[in-house]
Amino acid sequence: MELINLTEDTDWDFIEQVREESGQDPFLCYQCGNCTAGCPYTEFFDFPVNQIMRLLQAGQKETILKSRAIWQCATCEACTTRCPCNIDIAHIMDVLRIIARRENYVSEKDIKKFYDSFLDSLKHHGRVFEVGILMGYNIKSGHLFSDADLGPKIMGKGKVHFFPTNIKGKDKIVSIFEKFKQKRKNRG
Amino acid sequence: MAENEYIYYPGCSLEATAIEYNMSVRLIFKALGIKLVEPDDWSCCGSTPAHSVDHVFAGALAARNLAIVEKMGASTVITPCPACLSAFKKAHLRMVDNEEFKKEVNELLEVPYECGVTAKSVLQVLLEDVGLEAIAEKVTTDFPDLKVAPYYGCIIARPPEVMQFDDPENPVAMDKILTALGVEVCDFAFKTECCGAAFGVVKKKMVNELSSKILNMVLDCGANCLSVPCQLCQQNLDLRQDQINATMHASFKLPVLYFTQIMGLAWGYSPRELGLDKHNVRADHLIRSKRSIEEKRREEEEKAKTKKGKGKKGKVKKKPKAPKTEDKKAETKQPEAKTEEA
Repeated sequence: MELINLTEDTDWDFIEQVREESGQDPFLCYQCGNCTAGCPYTEFFDFPVNQIMRLLQAGQKETILKSRAIWQCATCEACTTRCPCNIDIAHIMDVLRIIARRENYVSEKDIKKFYDSFLDSLKHHGRVFEVGILMGYNIKSGHLFSDADLGPKIMGKGKVHFFPTNIKGKDKIVSIFEKFKQKRKNRG
Repeated sequence: MAENEYIYYPGCSLEATAIEYNMSVRLIFKALGIKLVEPDDWSCCGSTPAHSVDHVFAGALAARNLAIVEKMGASTVITPCPACLSAFKKAHLRMVDNEEFKKEVNELLEVPYECGVTAKSVLQVLLEDVGLEAIAEKVTTDFPDLKVAPYYGCIIARPPEVMQFDDPENPVAMDKILTALGVEVCDFAFKTECCGAAFGVVKKKMVNELSSKILNMVLDCGANCLSVPCQLCQQNLDLRQDQINATMHASFKLPVLYFTQIMGLAWGYSPRELGLDKHNVRADHLIRSKRSIEEKRREEEEKAKTKKGKGKKGKVKKKPKAPKTEDKKAETKQPEAKTEEA
């Protein structure tokens, strides 16, 4: 078991940052483990979600932001629904993922690439173009033939469009992306 | 907005891989005489990828659509997709609860959202606005072979403070609708377990493992197909079923139908109109045998009569001879019906 020196190693700024961004108080957690018991992803996580909560109380920024768990969480909301202290745990996981992305701690690069490919498609067309996302992801990740086996199952059923349709106001979507980028820049 | 009209936000998948969900929803509302109007030039809700970047950014992508609905003079928008629904509800609630958040979101938007729109699922509207009675009235056809496991997916009722619909641990909305249709609904323990959600492309093994647990439970509860209200669940469980079989050394062959497709079937629409031919695992063998609802009633009445007769005689003697033969008749009747179906 890893020993943590709580007097020296607690990053209080990090705890405060998560508390502020999520609007949740991590110190309400008394480690009952209900979140982990209901979490479908526990078997894949490097840290079960209750341990992420404990690490957060101990201000272990590096360990948390480097964990794979915060990326593998699918926001299924089981933890949030079942927390006896009404902590929105899924929202905290979301905030941790956001901070990890912002501070370049991405431990699950493929998941981030997939999300980026999704957002690229959204930005360029206003709606998401599934074939484009898959191709974009396959190129970005180097897994060129990921899901190629599904092709024959959906061809000829009117499910696949080879060319994206753009919405009329697609410049308004670009503007949301640009304004957001600017906002973040201003904040530093 | 006219009374028999809804603003309907289909979401991106329903124009592509989940086209049959769109077809069946539209057909159902057409049959009910309710018009569906799409928000003018709607855009993607942002879904999971957006909220892993920033909440204000995600809020803006969702709220752009809510602002469009608001501008159309409507106070409700309905969507079949639980992910879009969750994005809309979260953006709306955060904007209502937090003035600063609202200001920040609106700064990214051309048309500000003033928080006047409630988002609801198609499932909720069918249950609450249309009602079980009206749904049952339209039933024309019975499918005696269908044994359905109602699978809701993770977020249609979770978390309860956000989704404000049905029971978060044991949702029953779809069970009620299916029962009103006369369909046999099995007691399914994994109603809200997660299928692997959006990780299908990136984390195949994870999705295959989670989805196989759900499919196993379907078999354990005695069902022969699933009914779903979520296109991502449908995709993971149906389109990826061969992948699941390969990775998990299984041999599932379980059709995954949208609940609106089952409604359409019971209302007498053809499988083709409802896009059943677009699934990977076909349900043909389960819907081949069908009877009219009058026929079903007649057969059930007859059955009840024989049972009654059996019961009366049973009171006189514990092991009467006559009812036994009646029993046999009833037994032989059933297999006959089954061979017809097969």
